[in-house]
Amino acid sequence: MIDILLARFRQGHRTIEYPAAPPPPLAERFRGRPIIDAAKCPEGCAKCAEACPTQAITITDKPRIDLGRCLFCTDCMNACPADAIRYSRDYRLSVRQREDLIVDSDAEMKLAAELDEKLKRLFGRSLKLRQVSAGGCNGCEMDVNVLGTVGWDLGRFGIQFVASPRHADGLLITGAVSENMTLALKKTYDAVPSPKIVIAVGACAISGGPYAGHAEVQNGAVAVVPVDLFIPGCSPHPLTILDGLLRLIGRIENGANSGVSRDS
Amino acid sequence: MSSSATLGNGRAIDRDAVPELSLDDFQEAILAAVQRGQRVVALFGTADPDPAAVQLHLVLADDQQSLLQLARTRVCGDSFPSLTPRCPQVHLFEREIAEQFGLHAEGHPWFKPVRYHRSYRPGHDAWGRPENEPLIAGVTDFYRVEGAEVHEVAVGPVHAGVIEPGHFRFQCHGENVFHLEISLGYQHRGVERAMIGGPNSRSIHYAETLAGDTTVGHATAYCQVFEALARCQKTPRAQTLRGIALELERLANHVGDLGALANDVGFLPTASYCGRIRGDFLNMTATLCGSRFGRGMIRPGGVGFDADAAMTADLLKRLAAAEKDCENAIQLLWDAPSVMARFEDIGRVSEEAAGELGLVGPAARACGLQRDARTDHPWGIFRFAQIPVSTWDSGDVFARAYVRWLEMRHSINFIAEQLRALPTGDVRTNVQPLSPNQVAVSLIEGWRGELCHAALTDAGGKFERYKIVDPSFHNWTGLAYALRNQQISDFPLCNKSFNLSYCGHDL
Repeated sequence: MIDILLARFRQGHRTIEYPAAPPPPLAERFRGRPIIDAAKCPEGCAKCAEACPTQAITITDKPRIDLGRCLFCTDCMNACPADAIRYSRDYRLSVRQREDLIVDSDAEMKLAAELDEKLKRLFGRSLKLRQVSAGGCNGCEMDVNVLGTVGWDLGRFGIQFVASPRHADGLLITGAVSENMTLALKKTYDAVPSPKIVIAVGACAISGGPYAGHAEVQNGAVAVVPVDLFIPGCSPHPLTILDGLLRLIGRIENGANSGVSRDS
Repeated sequence: MSSSATLGNGRAIDRDAVPELSLDDFQEAILAAVQRGQRVVALFGTADPDPAAVQLHLVLADDQQSLLQLARTRVCGDSFPSLTPRCPQVHLFEREIAEQFGLHAEGHPWFKPVRYHRSYRPGHDAWGRPENEPLIAGVTDFYRVEGAEVHEVAVGPVHAGVIEPGHFRFQCHGENVFHLEISLGYQHRGVERAMIGGPNSRSIHYAETLAGDTTVGHATAYCQVFEALARCQKTPRAQTLRGIALELERLANHVGDLGALANDVGFLPTASYCGRIRGDFLNMTATLCGSRFGRGMIRPGGVGFDADAAMTADLLKRLAAAEKDCENAIQLLWDAPSVMARFEDIGRVSEEAAGELGLVGPAARACGLQRDARTDHPWGIFRFAQIPVSTWDSGDVFARAYVRWLEMRHSINFIAEQLRALPTGDVRTNVQPLSPNQVAVSLIEGWRGELCHAALTDAGGKFERYKIVDPSFHNWTGLAYALRNQQISDFPLCNKSFNLSYCGHDL
């Protein structure tokens, strides 16, 4: 018993102070929002778009990235002959509308707005979610689970994952929505009492991710249910997920807490 | 003529050098090899130029000799006699061949689909299902126990926690489980089919997302196949960094599992600490490559990121701190009688059953089987820096937990040693196109067990077939077996002690 108490003392208090204080430091090489410096692009070059495994980059007059498709890999960066692509360490990526993820290389992102007055009154201080994992790699699930650890303690915001859709205010969906999970996802959605919200986490749930276009998947949750919050990434860092959830329930204002972690 | 071609791990040979046997000889070769102590690491179908035939390819592992044996055969017609009654470890491979190529395995004792998708050969379905009717995963006959007071419990595909989908069917008598049947396929996203015609811009990303918690393992297995086919050498520095990333992945998952096991028996101190320490290991991987799961780290020809002196010094410091935290948090488990009472003698699998079912990884080593690809089929850095094989012999939840702890200590020592003596040089070499008409096999000991990737190239040097065997493919049956005559309330604990991958199985 004394060992357990000593261990408790030794392991200490570890919950981050965010959002009251700046977020914990992210790795130097962390890949947040990708930025293309269009001024550096050679005339007619489309090497990045060709290298992108998920066709997230389109080039018209200037390059444009669909963060809902982006795997945050390094293929475009490595393909660029002009060193025009870099990853910023901005972890804030969540939006309310799918089209807000398609951003011009240099434009400000339209980060997620909070729920409307009525829903915020219902869910702002207590949001119970049912998680549905539907045809991905389990990466997003793992980093959603991380929010439940002592380091992040999601419960302090009134957000909790519940065992039954009937106890839930909404769904958090991961995975490209495989054919084999489509029925289960529909049934789970129908079992959540209205009003309800849906959160899509990760490139798979937003666009199909690396499996986009496969006959075995639906290219994301929107094909099956309406989505209220999109959290991009492959897989999104726990901080990106937390940022999205807190924006949705109105716990972070747009522009508050510079999206860059404190050691940068 | 020899009944098989011999190959080392991570090597390629001409497809023609693999002997084509008659179906009878092919099956006898499997039986004889398994009797000699070899294992079936892969058995898979591939299309034949003749649309009425299917080729079967076999990869056996000879762990004593550190060699792989390859053979092939052709099946003409729509069925073949099942070998499962005489060799249980091929049971799921045969069901998979049946599902993918529409071949009926005659006499298979439990002949059901694996992932619920249409066959790769239109017009050929092993179960004669009409093409215009939708396939619904999990809608099938399950093994049933009948009798007074016998009841059935069905769970999933959507579970109570934040976990992947699967369906579990228990036949119970009161609390006692007579039989558990596990029905998967919900995570099927068609990766093996999509690998055909590659390598292309998505191939490495498929490898990295076969099982997100095994990104480094599967990406290494893929790259090793790629490099064998491209005749590409890696630098010692790249090999070492790969090994470090692989062991960091093992550490993160093992410590996470030990925390989750503590949670499942209501021992919250270790559960809380391990959840956090897992993050420390993931963040070390993120320091290397920017991604907590190791995305971008392993690339054909080497690694995507180098580590400078400042980074290795920083990693060594953090590794030492995490080691102390682990010792402190995990030792509590073994010292707490309330934990040990719940771990010991729960979910026992005998060494004999583990061998027959072909279990791999910590689940096999916890039954006393000396089986670890890092030692048996060493590749890369593991040819120079051997990691002792950690085993225990009780085959229960305790053994599966304790083997993880033993392995963690070896992994920590390995990483520290390698970081201190990182070879100099480049971390990536240029890769050439793949050689045509080759076959290559790669075995990697991921944290969950043996990962097998095998590829056949066509005349143009493209993947004609790419076979992936995640350790979960072997081990799900082990979990079902462990539940026999256990209390149903011990299912979460047994499940966590295996912690198998749904997506790795479903592909």
